Amino acid sequence: MTDLERFRAETRAWLEANCPAECRGPMADDEMIWGGRDATFKTPAHRLWLERMGARGWTAPEWPAEYGGGGLSREEAKVLASELRRIKAQPALASFGVWMLGPALLAFGTEEQKKRFLPEIVRGEIRWCQGYSEPGAGSDLASIQTRAEDRGDHWIVNGQKIWTSYADKADWIFCLVRTDPDAPKHLGISFVLFDMKTPGVTTRPITLISGKSPFCETFFDDVRVEKENLVGTLNRGWDVAKYLLAHERTMIGAMGEVGGGRPVGQVALDAIGADEAGRLDEPMLRARIADLEIDAAAFRLAMERVGDQVKAKQAHPAIASMLKYYGSELNKRRHELLMAAGGADALEWEGERSHDGKTARDWLRTKANSIEGGTSEVQLNIIAKHLLQLPGA
Amino acid sequence: MPLILTEEQTMLQDAADGFLNEQAPIAHLRKLRNDRDADGVSRDLWRAFGEMGFAGVIIPEALGGMGLGAVEAGVIAESLGRTLTPSPYLGSSILSAKVLIEGGSQAQQAWLPKIAAGEAILALAVDEGAKHAPSRIATRAERVGNGFRLSGAKAFVLDGHVADALIVAATADEGTTLFLVDPATAGVEIERTMMVDAHNAARVTLTDVAVDADAVIGAVGGGEALLDGALSLGRACAASSLTGAGDQAFKTTLDYLRTRKQFGKLIGEFQALQHRAAHLFSELELARAATIGAQIAIDEGREGASLAASIAKAKAGRVAELAVQEAVQMHGGVGMTDEYDVGLFMKRVRVLNELLGDAGFHAERVARAQGF
Repeated sequence: MTDLERFRAETRAWLEANCPAECRGPMADDEMIWGGRDATFKTPAHRLWLERMGARGWTAPEWPAEYGGGGLSREEAKVLASELRRIKAQPALASFGVWMLGPALLAFGTEEQKKRFLPEIVRGEIRWCQGYSEPGAGSDLASIQTRAEDRGDHWIVNGQKIWTSYADKADWIFCLVRTDPDAPKHLGISFVLFDMKTPGVTTRPITLISGKSPFCETFFDDVRVEKENLVGTLNRGWDVAKYLLAHERTMIGAMGEVGGGRPVGQVALDAIGADEAGRLDEPMLRARIADLEIDAAAFRLAMERVGDQVKAKQAHPAIASMLKYYGSELNKRRHELLMAAGGADALEWEGERSHDGKTARDWLRTKANSIEGGTSEVQLNIIAKHLLQLPGA
Repeated sequence: MPLILTEEQTMLQDAADGFLNEQAPIAHLRKLRNDRDADGVSRDLWRAFGEMGFAGVIIPEALGGMGLGAVEAGVIAESLGRTLTPSPYLGSSILSAKVLIEGGSQAQQAWLPKIAAGEAILALAVDEGAKHAPSRIATRAERVGNGFRLSGAKAFVLDGHVADALIVAATADEGTTLFLVDPATAGVEIERTMMVDAHNAARVTLTDVAVDADAVIGAVGGGEALLDGALSLGRACAASSLTGAGDQAFKTTLDYLRTRKQFGKLIGEFQALQHRAAHLFSELELARAATIGAQIAIDEGREGASLAASIAKAKAGRVAELAVQEAVQMHGGVGMTDEYDVGLFMKRVRVLNELLGDAGFHAERVARAQGF
């Protein structure tokens, strides 16, 4: 037995013993476990599942064990992921800390910052939000205006952020602020961390076309931020921001992979039925779903391949833009087809039968995938410039 | 296994690229075409290809080959896709060799060292109509005494006009059965078909062709399983050739975008073209991942390997189709000329797309496998 086979056997046994029955099978987006100071759990079993996975570091399998991570190799992490898929385990934790901030702290943080924040992130004890976009800084993110004035041992921050995901539920924020208003726009930005309970921070949820409010406006009115919470070099926060964006883009792209819930073909069969040969009784829709599944399978492999390239140090950092672009467009396509598969049933907006219009609301939510974290058009610009070296891009 | 090439595989890639760029660049294809070469394929080149070991990539070392797997077979197929070399590689070294490796008797396996050396060309005759349909084979194999009599019509038999032996799929009472047939046998008629891409195939007509029982490869009625393995590997290799051809057309187009000027600007400065190029880049990344993913699944003997090969063939086919269309369009008028190479890529991609099942054929397989 190779080491990897032994690891698979041990992992399988541990998961069988430790993943509660309630935590297996499909999970709706709004049932995700986000952790944090005010964590809510769908069932007590979900709390237990997070505690067990967190204690093992398997909510962040590839992070170093000294910061609470799983310390797994890339190949071991793949085995863990495939074993989790095998038993249809629900994610123990959904976390911007794991997906976005953690990788940036590992690359740019001080030893104190890593020791202080990373283990809490792994255990799901702290919930983070991202203070990037502003009303005047969307695709042109580097033009942010939120000011941080130097007051010796701390800064005073004033300004406004927008599209801050779950800002009203987050414990802390990682935030881009302008620390040098006179420098060129990319060279006067710093990356700072602060508690959302700090006086002067207020949030206001924004209602989206889905009727839900995953995003907020976030206001800073003379907010005190300690200097020890600067990540990376003063005025070079754009480097941290870009590094983190690559992870965010990979995460959003991964939505094209996960796709959550039941396969589109099965949803369509339930709603429409099959012909005598057992084929979905709507040939045009069937062909479109088959094409989607081919692209989805190829995309899953592309995600895996990029991961392998990163590990082998063969990846261009801008490749995350490809995953973000393709994955988010793929996810939108999937939800268009889910709407077509559901037909009139998918149009219901309220009531128990439709789980308060879940199909329609999820469909509308996906329209943000190709906007948040940098629009599809911005990703294509990045690919043209950095990966294809096209002139003037 | 990581979805990237190992050091050894990268060396093989460099060797194949180096050999083909030197011995068989696109000029080689043009010469065979323009001279109306009697074979449409170079036996000398094929032997040199054999000397390099490429023709025996999947053939066991004991039989004169390299004894390597699907990933390595794909590496060479991708190089052939880049140079558009007309070559018996897919028909002989992959499809026919795979059938003989898995099912051939000792006597039949005597062909394998010759295939590996580039001395013999074998051709697999499966298709019959306009579309690939290996589960509906009309060619009949009737039992006569100790042997069989084959009757039917085969089409799209790659390199069938120069084949030293044919592997014919026919339906016997027990089911699909594969036969090793000498093309000189009475009743075998072969018509060379020059294709749009200047590669050659053949129509093979079988009229009461008498073969001995030892012409059967594997078991009578066992042809479906043998074919499935060979077709999966063939599709995965065709996906590599499609990715190689698509990527090469894309690279040529990028060069053009960086040098061609209109309105006083390099046309690559126009965002309309940049975004299309960036989209195509993304699609090519997916094609590459699906292709190597399928090859690794085959090498690891995974249950879903056949389906993975279908996904790779469908994806690489669609992507290469987009790549060559964008190549011609972005080149503008010169893209339509015979002198420019991009048109040759468009032609080869069309042939490879049809070969061993087009994207629609494979999408159908995916839908069935997923139960809808």
